[in-house]
Amino acid sequence: MHSTITNHADAAIDFNLDEPRVDWHDKTLWFIREKRDMASHNIPEWEELREYASQIKNNVLSNLSQYLQEFEEKAKANGIIVHWAADAEEHNKIVHSILQKHNIDRMVKSKSMLTEECGLNEYLEANGVEVIDTDLGERIVQLAKEPPSHIVLPCIHKKKEEIGELFHQYLGTEKGASDPKYLTAAAREHLRETFLTRRAALTGVNFAIAETGEFVVSTNEGNADMGAHLADVHIACMGIEKVLPKQHHLGVFLRLLARSATGQPITTYSSHFKVPQPHQEMHIVFVDNGRSVHLGKDDFRNSLKCIRCAACMNTCPVYRRSGGHSYHNAVAGPIGSILTPNFDMRANKDLPFASTLCGSCSNVCPVKIDIHDQLYKWRQVLMKEGLGPTTKNASMKMMGWVLSKPALYDISGKAARLVLKYTPFVVSNKLNPWYKQREMPAPPKESFKEWYKKNRS
Amino acid sequence: MRVALFIPCYVDQFYPNVAIATLELLEKYGCSVTYPLKQTCCGQPMANSGYEHEGEGCSQLFAENFAGYDYIVCPSGSCTLHIKHHLHTEKNSPEEAHIRKTVYELCEFMVDVLKVDNIKARFPHKVGMHQSCHGQRGLHLSQMSELTAEPFSKPGSLLSMVKDVELIKLDRIDECCGFGGTFCVAEEAVSAKMGKDRVADHVRHEAEYITGADMSCLMHMEGILKRQNSKTKVIHIAEILNSY
Repeated sequence: MHSTITNHADAAIDFNLDEPRVDWHDKTLWFIREKRDMASHNIPEWEELREYASQIKNNVLSNLSQYLQEFEEKAKANGIIVHWAADAEEHNKIVHSILQKHNIDRMVKSKSMLTEECGLNEYLEANGVEVIDTDLGERIVQLAKEPPSHIVLPCIHKKKEEIGELFHQYLGTEKGASDPKYLTAAAREHLRETFLTRRAALTGVNFAIAETGEFVVSTNEGNADMGAHLADVHIACMGIEKVLPKQHHLGVFLRLLARSATGQPITTYSSHFKVPQPHQEMHIVFVDNGRSVHLGKDDFRNSLKCIRCAACMNTCPVYRRSGGHSYHNAVAGPIGSILTPNFDMRANKDLPFASTLCGSCSNVCPVKIDIHDQLYKWRQVLMKEGLGPTTKNASMKMMGWVLSKPALYDISGKAARLVLKYTPFVVSNKLNPWYKQREMPAPPKESFKEWYKKNRS
Repeated sequence: MRVALFIPCYVDQFYPNVAIATLELLEKYGCSVTYPLKQTCCGQPMANSGYEHEGEGCSQLFAENFAGYDYIVCPSGSCTLHIKHHLHTEKNSPEEAHIRKTVYELCEFMVDVLKVDNIKARFPHKVGMHQSCHGQRGLHLSQMSELTAEPFSKPGSLLSMVKDVELIKLDRIDECCGFGGTFCVAEEAVSAKMGKDRVADHVRHEAEYITGADMSCLMHMEGILKRQNSKTKVIHIAEILNSY
């Protein structure tokens, strides 16, 4: 089972106990960032595409109810059954009731971060429904009884040898086998049998088109298609912010999505679902789960533009060195750190601080979310809400006071230099986190101000 | 040209030579420089920790100290960015708006305002350039590797005028060093690991010095280099540009 630590800094300490593994994790994700750079730098109009995508999404957020109603009308006319869920619980109940109606107790599911957010697997399992994740990475973490650590690459934290061990245990592959081709073939065989015997398939949704009432699911493995085409019942679940006005807007987003995510020009499959097959039922469940409240927050609403490409995770120097589980949420990394406090400020108060505010995330974001500025703003909100530790509240108050008084500042600065010079053991010890892996700066004999008074004024 | 010298608090206290080099450089290029003696700190440590509201006193003091100059110049991208974006007191005076508009990081001031095209300095060493994030991504001192855009570098163009400097190549040209203000102690494990990785890139490429426009990042990397007993040293870019 994954770590149950719910504080980023503590989980990061755990993650960093095995330094070669941190190096491996960092390099693996940096490789994807480099692929993303190559793919995006080859498109001369890349920055315009980002701007275009951002403006389309801003338009969507400003007219969300209108586009949702338009989609509902068109989708119904196409024969899709539309559901609305106010929160995670209602979403889970709706999915369960559809399955109950058809007496189905086993279902395949392709990747959907929304269902992770809603805890659907756990809910259905508690109600006697077996769910098999069909995205290979999702299946691996499901076998390991772990949550995904990354929204595009769910098992990026696992080495192939560890996956070999899991497959040996659950799928009967040879002990010690870790050849990716061999393991993938084994998973394929296992999943093929599952696809053929399941009557219900759940997929996520990347884009829903208001103009036509169709929705688009992007995968590399074709698992969403395999599930949806073979099943009697196809249930698609999506957050309300995923709607797009027009079909031609897809061209902008499909060009951006895969390049930002993995450096591919496009995902292997971009499947459009519009009309159910004969004798098939097609459902779409729209989920709010805090989104409309989030939409009302001026400083934070534009994080709802997110298309879940994970470019911000791959580029984040902190994510690469702390791992996805350290963010203790379905969506990790910089975007998770600005989305999750909208759901629960108290439980996620550590996350906006899990950043150096370097700004790389905002630069790779294909829809130009001001991620690092929002991290800064969340910090202000959280501390104003009184969610900071008492000691920090007191020390910041003291610091603010001393630094607003020039004479006090001069004395304190001199005192600090004297301490460093004559009693360095006061700060150079285990209680000082700086000193754990770094030396303190050597104190100079005088401050600049002292020098300036002697030499210039 | 009346220039106010804005020296970050930790530079004042721990790295006076960086401030002296900055002052001497500005004087060399004909600026009339004043160092307002009552300056303390820009308030960034509080603000980045979520306590902008505790920095009100700092902001007011800053606004008083730096009112009435043509330009304000600071040898730190990070502190400059803080003033540019976050100096807002309750008074919300026109003086504050003037300060936000005329505060410059040293390299951008030399390139954009002074339009320096000749530097009489020599530094015969292999040097690695650290791009501090706030200066780079916040003030656009250099192009950012994430963007599809023409490369440029203001600190790089200044260094290229210094005699005998050999700039080394890095595997990751603009990855964060992990200092991050209070992040460096609040998230010590990740901060130190980021610092170790950043330093290793420079050392692997045989840098004798790591330079940059922000002493805070350099202080963090210096702490790591010293702990490793490394021969590689850190030096602020003002000290290279002012070296003879």
